Amino acid sequence: MTTTLPVAALAFAPIAVPALTAAGCAVAGRRTAGAAGVVCALAMLAAAVGLGARVVGSGPVEVAGLRVDALSAFMLVVIGAVATIVAVATPAHVATEVAAGRLAPRTARRQGVLVHAFLAAMTLAVLAADLGVLWVAVEATTIVTAFLVGQGRTRGSVEAAWKYVVICSTGIALALLGLVLLNHAAAHARPGADGPGLDWAALVAAAPALDPGVTRIAVVLLLLGFGAKAGLAPLHAWLPDAHSQAPAPVSALMSGVLLAVSFSAILRVKVIADAALGAGFARALLLGAALASLTVAASLLLAQRDYKRMLAYSSIEHMGLLALGAGIGGVAATAAVLLHLLGHGLVKSAAFLGAGRVAQLTGTSRIDRVRGLVATQPGLAAAFGLAVLALLGLPPFSLFASELAIVRAGLGDAVGWAVVVALVLVVVIGAAMLRHTGRMLLGPAPDGPGAATAPRRLPGGTALALAGGLVVAAALGVTAGPLTDLITQATQTLSGAP
Amino acid sequence: MDPAAMSPPAVALLDVAAGALLLTAVLVVWRRDLPTILRIFTAHGIALGALVGVLAWAQRSVELGLVAVGVLAVRGGLLPWLLRRALARVGPARREPRPVVGVAASLLAVAALVMLAFAVAVPVVELGGSAATRAVPVAVAVVLIGLLVLVTRRHTISQLVGFLLVDNGITAAGFLTTAGIGLVVEVGVALDVLLVVLVLQVLAGRIRDTFGEVDLGELRELRDR
Repeated sequence: MTTTLPVAALAFAPIAVPALTAAGCAVAGRRTAGAAGVVCALAMLAAAVGLGARVVGSGPVEVAGLRVDALSAFMLVVIGAVATIVAVATPAHVATEVAAGRLAPRTARRQGVLVHAFLAAMTLAVLAADLGVLWVAVEATTIVTAFLVGQGRTRGSVEAAWKYVVICSTGIALALLGLVLLNHAAAHARPGADGPGLDWAALVAAAPALDPGVTRIAVVLLLLGFGAKAGLAPLHAWLPDAHSQAPAPVSALMSGVLLAVSFSAILRVKVIADAALGAGFARALLLGAALASLTVAASLLLAQRDYKRMLAYSSIEHMGLLALGAGIGGVAATAAVLLHLLGHGLVKSAAFLGAGRVAQLTGTSRIDRVRGLVATQPGLAAAFGLAVLALLGLPPFSLFASELAIVRAGLGDAVGWAVVVALVLVVVIGAAMLRHTGRMLLGPAPDGPGAATAPRRLPGGTALALAGGLVVAAALGVTAGPLTDLITQATQTLSGAP
Repeated sequence: MDPAAMSPPAVALLDVAAGALLLTAVLVVWRRDLPTILRIFTAHGIALGALVGVLAWAQRSVELGLVAVGVLAVRGGLLPWLLRRALARVGPARREPRPVVGVAASLLAVAALVMLAFAVAVPVVELGGSAATRAVPVAVAVVLIGLLVLVTRRHTISQLVGFLLVDNGITAAGFLTTAGIGLVVEVGVALDVLLVVLVLQVLAGRIRDTFGEVDLGELRELRDR
């Protein structure tokens, strides 16, 4: 199929727009940069919708090293949606930080540059046809986000940044070794002919001819490596530190975009693994990672004292649920995994932005020092409370629908025991988060002015972002609407069909 | 040209280079004195460049020869130089503080890791069957030794060396299995590694500024309880 120029431009737009915005943020003033961020995110979302329509209508688009299939288009929608929520809330967050003297104007400018460079790397990761380019893009996000995590220059944030870079770079290095071995297997797949290299579609086509011994080692390394970036146990240790130390908009992006994109890489590796080794191999690894992640989340949430870390462990929980769904496999569970990726991105970014606002108002991230938010900040308390309820998988939010679909698919399957264990852990996690959040929201308001460092009124941008994320997540819980076709096709892509 | 048809002297040279790669990695574990570790690490990078050079000579490939020069310049020159500069910046501590695992135990662990590497790499060797792929277990062993250094050392510079050993091992595996993974990806990988080292170097400076020392055992700010 020939690709026309407008379609090629559309395919490059999700990478080019944030890259140009990053350059613009380097020279623009704070107000302009904030507006540019919103325009950039909306443009990315529009390009994602355009590409999605095109892919649903007439199949994958291939242009100059990029390959837009239904999965990449869907991931672009996830990135665009989360980026929009975050971009709308960012100006108010930055303005409050600068006014409180916690953020130098120069650092604020650098934050704009790095955030958009991060978005460009993420869109490159989902659009790259070659797994090697995907790897380079994912590793590049470690580099650009390192200084966002370490932005505070406090002992905590420097420590978080060090752990983040060391664990993620090493983890992702394992994925590189996996790619080297996969390339080795691919080169010997068809003696005499040119191998598929690391092109994903060609690898899927050639997968049955890959040497199983080498592919097995490669798949283990790839799942470990991309699992590290996706926050899956056993290489999850960076996540709570990084998410709690980064500025709230960055935590929202890391949780909603970085984890999701890394997980989509895992989904792509699984397609190759299933075709080369049968469904059992990747399933066992994913179920192990899922239960380990859920166990880690449950045990560390019970006595959690920091509400940002609480949200971070909730991300590990949801990554575990995604791994569970991917491990179960099949059409229903895979579609649910994709819906869950989007729903988690929307709700978790709202939760992190709300938490960032709470931190600005109270000057602490300790759960026991926040009291009676409902009395003092009804709007913010309602949004934060609803976001936490959505994260627990309560209806009407889409996380309820996707978790239910994953559980139903799993219970009717040979891995029912794993689903039962997971459900017990999810209930423990839900109880712990409910108790912590209840303490923050309910009760009498604390006396005196407290450590308030921000105006009491909820800024319009923050309110809009929180409400938008929650409303869209609730709407998705009722119907996936126009996304249904895209999710169906992405599910087909993930079952190995071209 | 088929790499399986390497001439005997080329195979001998390849074995020497691979042996030097493994030996220098083991020496890093043995020593605790940081300037010495960095000198050994430089030798490690040169061995990696030599390994690629031997492959280029065996395949009579000018292209791969140029890549070898690039690898030698980055791994044997630029990265060790960056580490020496980082060491000079983080202050007077020149020795690894009390190691988490003693030297004797570390060396035993290395021996176990080398055997593990040879065991897990069996399918890789069987698939290739050439002299080059027979050296892949060495590359895997270097990766594992790098991971060991990363988790058992507490000085920021030692952890950087561990990270780079992992990376050198992966690079070696890449060249030993096939002639590489595409130019765009290789340049991207090299750039990423370089930037990670620069980022970690800056962070090591900040750790020194905020914690007053470079012992990573002191990083205990962030905990759950």
